[in-house]
Amino acid sequence: MADGKTVTSPPVIEVNNIVKHYGSVIALSGVSMKVSQGEVLCLLGDNGAGKSTLIKTLSGVVRPTSGDFLVEGKSVTFSSPRDALDAGIATVYQDLAMIPLMSITRNFFMGREPLKGIPPFRHIDFKHCNAVTHEEMRKIGIDIRDPNQAVGTLSGGERQCVAIARAVYFGAKILILDEPTSALGVAQTSMVLKYIHQVQQKGLGVIFITHNVRHAYAVGSRFTVLNRGKTLGTCAKGEIGIDELQNMMAGGKELQTLSDELGGTI
Amino acid sequence: MAQIEQQAAPAAKPDERIRQVGFLTHMMRRPELGAVAGLVLVVVFFFFTADPSMFSLSGLMTILAPASQLGILAIAASLLMIGGEFDLSIGSMVAFTGLIFGALLTNFGQSLWLSIVFTLLLAAVMGAVNGQIVIRTRLPSFIVTLAFLFILRGLTLVGLKWATGGSTQLRGIEDVVGDGLLKQVFSGVAFQPLFNWLAEHDLIEKFDNGVPKVTGVPVSVLWFVGITGVATWMLLRTRVGNWIFAAGGDPVAARNSGVPVDRVKTGLFALTACAAALVAIITVLDAGSTDARRGFQKEFEAIIAAVIGGSLLTGGYGSAIGAFFGAIIFGLVSIGLTYTQFDSDWFQVFLGSMLLLAVLFNNFIRRKVTGER
Repeated sequence: MADGKTVTSPPVIEVNNIVKHYGSVIALSGVSMKVSQGEVLCLLGDNGAGKSTLIKTLSGVVRPTSGDFLVEGKSVTFSSPRDALDAGIATVYQDLAMIPLMSITRNFFMGREPLKGIPPFRHIDFKHCNAVTHEEMRKIGIDIRDPNQAVGTLSGGERQCVAIARAVYFGAKILILDEPTSALGVAQTSMVLKYIHQVQQKGLGVIFITHNVRHAYAVGSRFTVLNRGKTLGTCAKGEIGIDELQNMMAGGKELQTLSDELGGTI
Repeated sequence: MAQIEQQAAPAAKPDERIRQVGFLTHMMRRPELGAVAGLVLVVVFFFFTADPSMFSLSGLMTILAPASQLGILAIAASLLMIGGEFDLSIGSMVAFTGLIFGALLTNFGQSLWLSIVFTLLLAAVMGAVNGQIVIRTRLPSFIVTLAFLFILRGLTLVGLKWATGGSTQLRGIEDVVGDGLLKQVFSGVAFQPLFNWLAEHDLIEKFDNGVPKVTGVPVSVLWFVGITGVATWMLLRTRVGNWIFAAGGDPVAARNSGVPVDRVKTGLFALTACAAALVAIITVLDAGSTDARRGFQKEFEAIIAAVIGGSLLTGGYGSAIGAFFGAIIFGLVSIGLTYTQFDSDWFQVFLGSMLLLAVLFNNFIRRKVTGER
C-alpha cells in the first residue's frame, strides 16, 4: 500500500505516531497521516476507531500524549480551538456548527465579528456582514431571502454548507469535516459532497471523516483507514476499490460474510 | 397533484417551497411582540374597568416608579437568561447590597460616592463568584443561585442585627447623606423645573397653592429607560451581544467558533448583581433606611417580567425591550387593580395566568423562528 505517491505538494498537516491516552484508556496508539493542498483525505473507521479523538487533537480541543504534529512543516502544539483556527485549521462539527435560534449572519460571523466605530460605541458592521453572507450563500447556490432569518429555518445540508462556507471565508487552509453527511438525506448529501469538491478545487485541503465508504469514494483523493486507534493504511483513489475499502474499514471478514448473506446490500 | 403543481408554478422563483415572508410573520419574529400585545391587552382592560385617574399623570408615575425598579432587575435578568443562565439570588442581593450600602454610610461613616462605588464593586465580585461556581461545577445555575438566595438573605438578617444592635431595620441614612448632586442622580425626581413650568401654564394638574401634583419624573424611571436603551444596543449591535446570544443558544457551538463563553457568562452574572445593587442604592436613598425584607421575591418578579418580555427559559432568545414592557405590565397590574372594583388580591392570579400565557406564546414563537415542525 503506497503512501500517496501521487501528491507532490508539501503537506499542510502532517502527524506522525500520535498517541492519546485518556487515563487508562488508549484512544490513539500511533496514528500517522498527512493532508496537502487541494486534496480530500477521507478518514474512515468504525465506531471506536479513534476518529473523533484524532479530530479533537487536530482542532486543538485535546492535546496529544505524544507524537509529532506539523503544520506546514513546523511542529505545533495547540492549547485551544482558537490556536488551531489561527493556524488555518477549521473544524465543522456535525450538529454543533450552528446555533438555530440565531440569524444566518450572526452565525456566519460568530466569534469573528467585524467592528466599526470608536471604542465605547464600537459595534458590529451589520450592513457589511449581511452583504457578505448573502454573497457567500449565493456562491454556494443557497438562495436565502433574508440573511437575518434564523439558521433553524435552513435544512441540515444547507446548515453544513453554511458552516463550510464560513470556514472558507475566514481563510481556512484545512477543513476538517466531522461526518457532515451522516444525518442527511440523498439530495442533501449530494449538495454537501458537491460543495466539498468545490472547496477542493479552490486549493484547500479537506479531511473528511465518515463511515460511509460511498460518500468517501465520491469525493476523496486518498483514504486513511483507522482501526482500534491505529492507522491501518493509506491509499490513493486509483489503488483501491470501493469494496476493498469497505472491508478494510470493517476489519475484514465478518462484514463480508454478512454482506453475502444479505445479498450484497451493505 | 397536477392541480397543486400548476398553482405553485407561477410563484416559483428561487425555491417554490419557501413562502414569501409577510409583514405579520416578520413582526412575529420579534421577541418583544408578546410583551407589546400583552401591554395593549392590559391597558385596554384597565381602560374599561379602572378609575380614569389611573391614566392621569400622577397615576402613571405611581405605576412607573415600582415598575422601573423591577425593570432594572428584569433587564439584567433577561440578559442573563438570553446568555443561558438564571439568577435566583437577585432579590436577596438587593437586600444584602442595601445593608452593605447602609452600613458603609452610617456605621463606617463613609462618603456617599465611596459607598456607592464599593457597593457596586462588591456586587460585581459576588456575581462573578456566583458565575464561576456555576461554570466550574457545571451545576445548573438554578440550584447554585437558589443556595445564594438563602445565604444572602440570612447574611442580611445577621448583618442588620449586627449593624443596628438587634434591629432588622437600619435607619438614619438620610441624615448622613445630606443633599448633593450625587444623591440626586440616584434618588428623588428629575425635570422639576419643567414640571413647575407646565403647572404654571396649567398644562398639568396642580394643587391650589400652585405646586404641581407630580413634581417630576422619578430618577429610577430615567435609569430604567437608559439601561433599556444601552442593553438593547448592546444585544443587537455589539460583539458582546452576539456572544450573549451564542452562549445561551448553544455553548458548545459558540466555544467551537471561538466565543469566550465562560467570560461572557461570568460577566452577565456580575452585571445582574450590579443591577441589584443599583436598585438597592436607589431604594435605600429614597426610603432613607434599609430592612431585611428589601427585594423580597424580586427574583421571581424579574424573571416573570423577562419571560413576559419574550426571553426563552432555555436561553439564546429574548430582548431587553421585551423585559422593559414586561416590567411595565407588572407595574400596571399590581398597582392598577387598586383603581378597579376588583379585590387587589386577584393580582397573583392575574400574574400567574399572564406568565403561563407568555410561556406558551414564547414556545409557539420559537417554533416559528426555527422552523421546527
